[in-house]
Amino acid sequence: MNISLQTPITREKARELKAGDIVTITGVIYTARDAAHKRMLDNYEKGIPLPVDLTDQAIYFAGPAPAKPGEPIGSVGPTTSYRMDAYSPKTIELGLTCMIGKGARSQAVIDAMKKYGAVYIGAVGGAGALLSTCVKKCEVVDYEDLGSEAIHRLEVENFPGIVIIDSEGNNLYESEPQKYRK
Amino acid sequence: MREIDVSQITEAVKNMCINANCCLNSDVYSALENARNCEKSEIGKNILSQLIENADLAKDKMKPICQDTGMAVIFMDIGQEVHFRGGSLTEAVNEGVRQGYKEGYLRKSVVEDPLIRVNTKDNTPAIIHYNIVEGDRVHIEVAPKGFGSENMSKVYMLKPSDGIEGVKNAVIDCIEKAGPNPCPPMVVGVGIGGNFEMCTLLAKKALLRPIGSKSPKKHIREMEEELLRRANDLGIGPQGLGGNTTILGLNIETYATHIAGLPLAVNISCHVTRHSECEL
Repeated sequence: MNISLQTPITREKARELKAGDIVTITGVIYTARDAAHKRMLDNYEKGIPLPVDLTDQAIYFAGPAPAKPGEPIGSVGPTTSYRMDAYSPKTIELGLTCMIGKGARSQAVIDAMKKYGAVYIGAVGGAGALLSTCVKKCEVVDYEDLGSEAIHRLEVENFPGIVIIDSEGNNLYESEPQKYRK
Repeated sequence: MREIDVSQITEAVKNMCINANCCLNSDVYSALENARNCEKSEIGKNILSQLIENADLAKDKMKPICQDTGMAVIFMDIGQEVHFRGGSLTEAVNEGVRQGYKEGYLRKSVVEDPLIRVNTKDNTPAIIHYNIVEGDRVHIEVAPKGFGSENMSKVYMLKPSDGIEGVKNAVIDCIEKAGPNPCPPMVVGVGIGGNFEMCTLLAKKALLRPIGSKSPKKHIREMEEELLRRANDLGIGPQGLGGNTTILGLNIETYATHIAGLPLAVNISCHVTRHSECEL
């Protein structure tokens, strides 16, 4: 199904999305990758509030290239998501409903998605130049010292993706390759 | 003795860092076009079209094809009759990387210490492989490599008794385990022989060979062809969403080895396998 998805995404809305749905995302999404996740959750353990309230939010696992003059952002495709598996069950528990990335996820992440209602959307890895054209505005929210790994707030329009793992645990990475295996 | 000022090296490295990251090599581009024509999955075909469109856009706007503009890996073949003047050669190479990543708006993805992890903010240091050869020329190849695919690479210290079948099975196992993570369709470099570190270098060098180039050795060429077929029969497909395009190419390099060993390295690369070269 083709779906226009507007952020923020409630738990209920996340549960409606099914593996295989082709989506275009419009609204605000936040970038965070390895270092930002680690700092965010280390700080949380110490009682320091998160830089962003994650309730109903979408995190894009990405670290953009620098913007050229006159452009909001440089190339910005997804990074490999399994490196965030250590953190995602917690961010989902804290309210996150949507992760955008590429590559496989752990069972612990999928269990958290099922328990709380969250969805994992794949963007095309390596299509960073093309995906950057969907970003209309970009600003650093926090952790500026991390450079590309800082948390960026992106305003996106019709950002293309495909629901890879849904909140029932259906997983295109498991179902689709089987159809073409010889 | 031929004299070369190291400032020429800086300039060459700078330009190659930018070009390699923004202009997809013609062999990879053609392989993507061929794959799109042969891909049986509709989603897969659509993804391959997006990758071609992305490469066109990157070249047109001189933007990085992928935001992961990698660590700069540099291979230098230096003629033994060359004398460098004007300062440190290694510093000149790193200065080229520094300038290229700044002027090209490329991402700075290097941390100074692997455990403390503070970004160096200029993408240095590069990984430089110097090789002394005959003559008075300098050949430089810049191959920035992203880490989504690098992380999926593996070394296998096989036994001689594992033989050719053991090698083939390990390569396929590595590709299958990589699955959707390294942005398939992948390009695969295989190094067989040498020792622990040599096989990895061979695998990296195999990635510098154009897609579709064939090993001059018959038994290796046959293995390249068989592994290409078997990898694409895995069904992983573009982005791991199913299809008959799992890898675009597979090259194998070999070297002599010890009587007790059969070292094997598989260096996984993605559809943005980059290299740019020049000769001074």
